Amino acid sequence: MNDHQIKQLTSENPVATGRLRPTVWTALTALSIGLTISSCTPKSPDVATPPSDGAAPSTTAPAASGGTSASLSGAGATFPAPLYQRWFADYNKANPGTQISYQSVGSGAGIEQFLAGTVDFGATDAPLKPEERTKFKTKYGAEPIQIPMTGGSVVFAYNLDGVKDLKLSRAAYCGITTGAIKKWNDPAIAKANPGAKLPDSAIQFVHRSDGSGTTFQFTNHLKVACPTWTAGVNKSISWPAGMTGAKGNEGVSAQIKQTPNAIGYVEYSYAKQTDMSMAAIENKSGKLIVPTPEAGEAAFVGEKVPADLALLVPDSANPNAYPISGLTWLLLYPQSKDAAKNTALKATIEWALTTGKTTVTELGYIPLDDELVTKVKAELTKVK
Amino acid sequence: MAIQPSNPKETSLLDASTRFNLGRSIDQNFQRLTLVLAISVGAILLWIAYSLLVIALPAIQAFGLGFLFDSTWDPVKNIYGALPHVYGTIMSSLLALSFAVPLGVGVAIFLTENFLAQKILQPIAFTIELLAAVPSVVYGLWGLFVFLPAIKPLLQGLHSTLGWIPFFATEPGGRQLFGASLVLAIMILPTIIAISRDTLTSLPPKLRQGAYGLGATRWETIMRVLLPAALSGIVGSVMLALGRALGETMALAMLVGNANQVNISWLAPASTLSSLIANQFGEASGLQKSSLFYEALILMVLTLLVNILAQAMISRFQQVE
Repeated sequence: MNDHQIKQLTSENPVATGRLRPTVWTALTALSIGLTISSCTPKSPDVATPPSDGAAPSTTAPAASGGTSASLSGAGATFPAPLYQRWFADYNKANPGTQISYQSVGSGAGIEQFLAGTVDFGATDAPLKPEERTKFKTKYGAEPIQIPMTGGSVVFAYNLDGVKDLKLSRAAYCGITTGAIKKWNDPAIAKANPGAKLPDSAIQFVHRSDGSGTTFQFTNHLKVACPTWTAGVNKSISWPAGMTGAKGNEGVSAQIKQTPNAIGYVEYSYAKQTDMSMAAIENKSGKLIVPTPEAGEAAFVGEKVPADLALLVPDSANPNAYPISGLTWLLLYPQSKDAAKNTALKATIEWALTTGKTTVTELGYIPLDDELVTKVKAELTKVK
Repeated sequence: MAIQPSNPKETSLLDASTRFNLGRSIDQNFQRLTLVLAISVGAILLWIAYSLLVIALPAIQAFGLGFLFDSTWDPVKNIYGALPHVYGTIMSSLLALSFAVPLGVGVAIFLTENFLAQKILQPIAFTIELLAAVPSVVYGLWGLFVFLPAIKPLLQGLHSTLGWIPFFATEPGGRQLFGASLVLAIMILPTIIAISRDTLTSLPPKLRQGAYGLGATRWETIMRVLLPAALSGIVGSVMLALGRALGETMALAMLVGNANQVNISWLAPASTLSSLIANQFGEASGLQKSSLFYEALILMVLTLLVNILAQAMISRFQQVE
């Protein structure tokens, strides 16, 4: 139904002005119904799933390698969102049949939507808790599939005039985060930085004010590495008095850049993209490590992976590892109402972990090591 | 149904009576329609309040009214309290009002007096109303990257000269209650100016003429005649602005520093009800989520109280007139 048809409908009626009105109404109603139907068509999975529909109007987009087409939506963690969105866009270029949209609503909301079944997959920075697993099991009658996709390091970004390569010993960064060390020229900091001009001014510590996987990774490490850390491990915690909270990686980095003598924690990928000064920190073996994707990857090498792939390494023993590193997971349904969706999702994930690997380091994330990729692929076979 | 006897033709008489019926039924239906619309607005408000209450219930049961006086916010131990946020919300709004009210009313007076030609005043008034159209996230970004760094020396000066007053006792950080309140003041200015100006212009001209006729100076006319006469409108504008200040979310979440502690010093980071909700809602679950809804409920009640107060004050001033 279109404008032309409306004109036809209305012009069919002779002069009778009194009767024109109902006709217009009919035409409009018909038009709106027509619009509703036509606007639904491309989105409806029922229409989109049949592999070769002869009436398919598109001539420019030939069927993808598998011949299937699916449009999926996922939601969850914000930290890997830039990587996921890039992956899905790149994959869509190579395989126009698969369209995946990702909403970075946060891990908590991602898990909630995954459990409620309103998305095709979820994403989270902290692995599923046991109670969330039981919830899933009672609702769907099977274990949820949880696979690590990439990882990231959390770095200390700072703003100190004239200090280029800040080095922080364990004692130093534990003291800064708990608020025990208040000045930059504290002996604990000065010891590791001979020759650096550390100012005699207060340390302005900046933390995330929103709930965040970054805070989870950061506190997960501090709890193990710092004997004085009492605030626990969570996506948001209770910080000592006088510290400033800022929203998001962008908020923290803006705050650090504007405030002389400030230090805070941000995702490595974000710090790298915005050219922030990052501190080298002491790992478990006592070596000072500059944050890089390679040093982050080293944190997971040789670690024993649990059955649910919820690998958390709060403080890697590897002498080359950057110690504050963590993984981020996708949450998949073992069985989908629409088999084509899961097939497309599986293909995308396998592509992301192999061909898409170059994008990972390019964006400053940590690629999974080969052993972990093999385990992920084995887990993927459970997805039907 | 009364048929008008003066009508000569029978057919058109019938016609008129049906038309009359039609008109009447439209009238009635319109009345019903507006009634339904009016009720539905109230119903939506009740619905929102009810759903907030339902989700907040676990937190209400766990903490009771003590929630209002507890300053812990610890998601690890699952202990929550709203005191820092209630304090931050009220304090930031009051600070913002204390800047915006004198400034706003002053501008409104200037715009309604004949100090300058109308063709200069009109663009000024237009610009001020445009301020109201700027989204709050833009205010937040501007505050963060331009305004706060610019006023940093001023705040430093406040601290070093007035540091003996507890309100200025701490070293000003990058984000604090005071700076955020200043941005908030700019955000609520257009509301105060626009409504005060409208009230002042709508005052009967004879008030001014009478005052001048009795030999009053311009100052006396403004202070003793015009302002008292316009008081109900000015108070209304202030209350409306206070409502906006209490509920403002995005700009404050970016500027206030988000520290979940009560700090007497205005130069220390603080937190407000809405900024906390905006910050933590995305990753909250369980009791933390309930507590955030509890805070939303508190904010709603707070705003409601302000509105009731405003109504009471306006009707009182109207009686005085």
